[in-house]
Amino acid sequence: MISQWDSIADTADQVLTGQVSATELVQRSLSTIADKQEYNAVIATIAERANERAKEIDTRVAAGEEVGRLAGVPFVAKDNFLAFGAETTAASNILKGFDAPYQATAIERLEAEGAICVAKANLDAFAHGSSTENSDFMTTSNPHDKNKVPGGSSGGSAASVILDMAPFALGTDTGGSIRLPASFCGAVGYKPTYGLVSRSGVVAMASSTDVIGPLTRTVEDAAIVMDVIAGRDPLDSTTIDRDEVSYTSLPNNLAGQKIGIIKEYMTDGLEQAVRDRINESVEKLRTAGAELVEVSLPSIELALACYYIIMPAEVSSNLSRYDGQRYGFSHPEAATLDQSYNWSRSEGFGNEAKRRIMIGTYVLSSGYYDAYYNKAQKLRTRLIDEFNSAFSRVDFLLGPTAPTTAFDIGANIEDPLQMYLTDIMTVAANLVGIPGISIPAGQAGGMPVGLQLLAPQRKDRELLGLASETEKILV
Amino acid sequence: MVRPEIRSGYRVTIGIECHVQLKTKTKLFSAVGNDAREAPANTLISHIDLGMPGALPVLNEAAVVLASRAAFALGTKPQPFSKFDRKHYFYPDLPNGYQITQFYDPIIKGGVVTFDVAGEQRQVRIHEAHLEADAGKSTHPVGRDYSLVDLNRAGTPLLEIVSEPDIHSSEDARAYARELYLLVRYADVSDASLYYGNMRFDVNVSVSKTDELGTRTETKNLNSFRSVEKAAEYEIDRQIALLESGEAVVQETRGWDDSKQETFSQRGKEEAHDYRYMPDPDLPPIVLSDDMIAEFQKSMPLLPNIYRDVLKHLGLDLATIETLIDSPANTKLVKNVLDESDAQHAKRVANWLVNVSTEDDDDSQQSDNRVSAEAAIKLSKMVSDNKLSSTSAKEIWQEILVQGGDPEALAQSKNLLQVSDQGEIASIVQAVLAENPKAAEDIKNGEMKAIGFLVGQVMKQSKGKANPTLAQAVIKAQLGL
Repeated sequence: MISQWDSIADTADQVLTGQVSATELVQRSLSTIADKQEYNAVIATIAERANERAKEIDTRVAAGEEVGRLAGVPFVAKDNFLAFGAETTAASNILKGFDAPYQATAIERLEAEGAICVAKANLDAFAHGSSTENSDFMTTSNPHDKNKVPGGSSGGSAASVILDMAPFALGTDTGGSIRLPASFCGAVGYKPTYGLVSRSGVVAMASSTDVIGPLTRTVEDAAIVMDVIAGRDPLDSTTIDRDEVSYTSLPNNLAGQKIGIIKEYMTDGLEQAVRDRINESVEKLRTAGAELVEVSLPSIELALACYYIIMPAEVSSNLSRYDGQRYGFSHPEAATLDQSYNWSRSEGFGNEAKRRIMIGTYVLSSGYYDAYYNKAQKLRTRLIDEFNSAFSRVDFLLGPTAPTTAFDIGANIEDPLQMYLTDIMTVAANLVGIPGISIPAGQAGGMPVGLQLLAPQRKDRELLGLASETEKILV
Repeated sequence: MVRPEIRSGYRVTIGIECHVQLKTKTKLFSAVGNDAREAPANTLISHIDLGMPGALPVLNEAAVVLASRAAFALGTKPQPFSKFDRKHYFYPDLPNGYQITQFYDPIIKGGVVTFDVAGEQRQVRIHEAHLEADAGKSTHPVGRDYSLVDLNRAGTPLLEIVSEPDIHSSEDARAYARELYLLVRYADVSDASLYYGNMRFDVNVSVSKTDELGTRTETKNLNSFRSVEKAAEYEIDRQIALLESGEAVVQETRGWDDSKQETFSQRGKEEAHDYRYMPDPDLPPIVLSDDMIAEFQKSMPLLPNIYRDVLKHLGLDLATIETLIDSPANTKLVKNVLDESDAQHAKRVANWLVNVSTEDDDDSQQSDNRVSAEAAIKLSKMVSDNKLSSTSAKEIWQEILVQGGDPEALAQSKNLLQVSDQGEIASIVQAVLAENPKAAEDIKNGEMKAIGFLVGQVMKQSKGKANPTLAQAVIKAQLGL
């Protein structure tokens, strides 16, 4: 697919040298969004503010002022990022009408470098889902086939990039929500090391696994976005120090890299065509000089079960603040405090949010805490140990991003368990806190297949380097 | 009232939970002012205190330092590893739907508080103490169909100190509460103003005729030592009366009605919450190195028992000592006077201070002494040197205590300096003896009590400025005694 966008670096360069104006870029973005409305990728545009910012940037460029390395580059943010200029809803009814009083740190950092947020992307409400079908507003279509899901929960973000609405989009990844839609839509989706990007100003899902990252068309574009948003933030105490070297300065050596193929991901339930694309990728990497070995992570098969205890526990806690008392939806007919709580939350939350609140409440209840939450945390520690041990033998790990390509809209909606299985190959990285990336690895039946690469914690630059070299040989 | 002979058959067991507001500049998890006393409602709030989407708590290090100091005050050390948990319940003054507290790994474990009750030593062990964020304040206007929420207090750092059930009388409960108050004030951990609710006590009481503990009740939110004592006393009586009449004590949360001096039922056990405690994933653990802990220990101010020893050595009586101890500023002043001069001056200053101290439960007027040790010593020396009568000294003391200033200059401007000029006094004595020949004769005949009368006459003629000791000596000399 030929894109109307050059690389992010080139686009910014063109703005800085006056070859194109930020105003033109914003216009290009907004008109593409309007043209492709039927995909439901975007909940709202930020036209007025985007145009104002573009004008300001153009004035500053004309005046020869410092503007930043993302000068005039439009982007789309998943609607769980607090941003000015449009409501922040997290695609939920309970937050409908919520105007953010402050912006997410990631948005602030991008704006400080001249990037312009033009729209808010659709998602599964509160990022609960793998298909965007759990959005309280609408389901996003896959850019390759309107009848198929784009993956989730950052489905709107992935679709907006492949639909050419902007050079990049921001997503969040709690159990695979960046990598999975990247895989289903044919985008690059980057999940950084836990804590590398501030969560401040992003509607929390599961705080101990939530990360923020870019969805792009190329690894190079993902790297430049990472270089802007990564690093410690005084507003998020779980953030970590960034790499002192720029994330755009990538190691470019495939020869001699030791890559482990995750054995458990290559067996049960993997669609044959997906397996074929992954095997072809492995062969290409071998040919390029990388050393590929099979690695077993026995506990990884329990990762999904572990995730579906820890995540709902944190979700049930994080969603407590949506109580209809201070902001968002408050039931107009409630006459007592209890009614206000019950009715606002009953009507404001969708089925999936309620399901997770109930599971989470259950596993945290006294008498069940040790049997579920504590046991899951122990398993999480064991998983971390197994990954550490694997990474003592190999530099990176490899596998498919998802067991299948994008499925039909509606196919899994009545079966939450089947839907949860979509995350089976992505959740481990979140529980362990390591970086992961999904890059396009060809197609199966006309739908994109994603190759997932994983690295040890804080080896983000190395992982982006490997992905960039792999991308070159897979195209 | 339960008859004493019945009551003596029961063993009383009391444990106390105390919430202390830490004196940090900003809140526990947000960079917003912590002093909500005079602020208009909902002006000391940020997106964090409001529980906005995407808002994350950021730990205020100052609260960790104060909690560490409290650990030393409680006779232990801060834990090298502690962390925060979420305690879930819905209430409009709890914006996140959970309170951030330390349930699994508190910053203080163990410790002991040692104090005297009527000359006998008591020791109450500390179970643990943990950091937590306060909730906001709800008010329910009478006759209205709404409630009001003020979030200024939401996020204020609290240290909850939980004692072991080592207290066995209401009097001891009061003494323990007061000792905690003294400890946190001396350790400079809290302003501990009872008037502003900086300290609140929950009292757990049970009674039993056997070694096995009885069913306990918890009376919450007591804000004075007196109410701690009265509520405990009321519960002891109530529980014994129930058991004596064959009924059972119900495990429940109770409130205290100060006007009726009664406790009342608030919430039964069956209504108890399941708080679903969970580690807070937004906050990394607090890790304190040995060096940091040593540093905190080094910066510890002196604690009440050290001052008590100092005051005891001055020869002060117990009542005077305990009155002085109520004010860290006062005891520090006495100790400074001692360090910079001697016991005689320190004792005199201590006695001056006691005469102006306030009641222990009324601390609304807390303020630092304006008087320096230097000025206090100067004033005391003027008395020793016969430059000032003790009555005049007290007058000047009252003034410099409030306004500060130099005692000598003040004595001069008020014309209170004593005349110690031998010649001047001699001529007054001469006149007085001439005017009172009978008294002079009596003294010569050995009736020494008449000398007091003559000294009084000298004082009168000198308008109170004559040094009475000197006057007496001159009278004797002139009478040839």
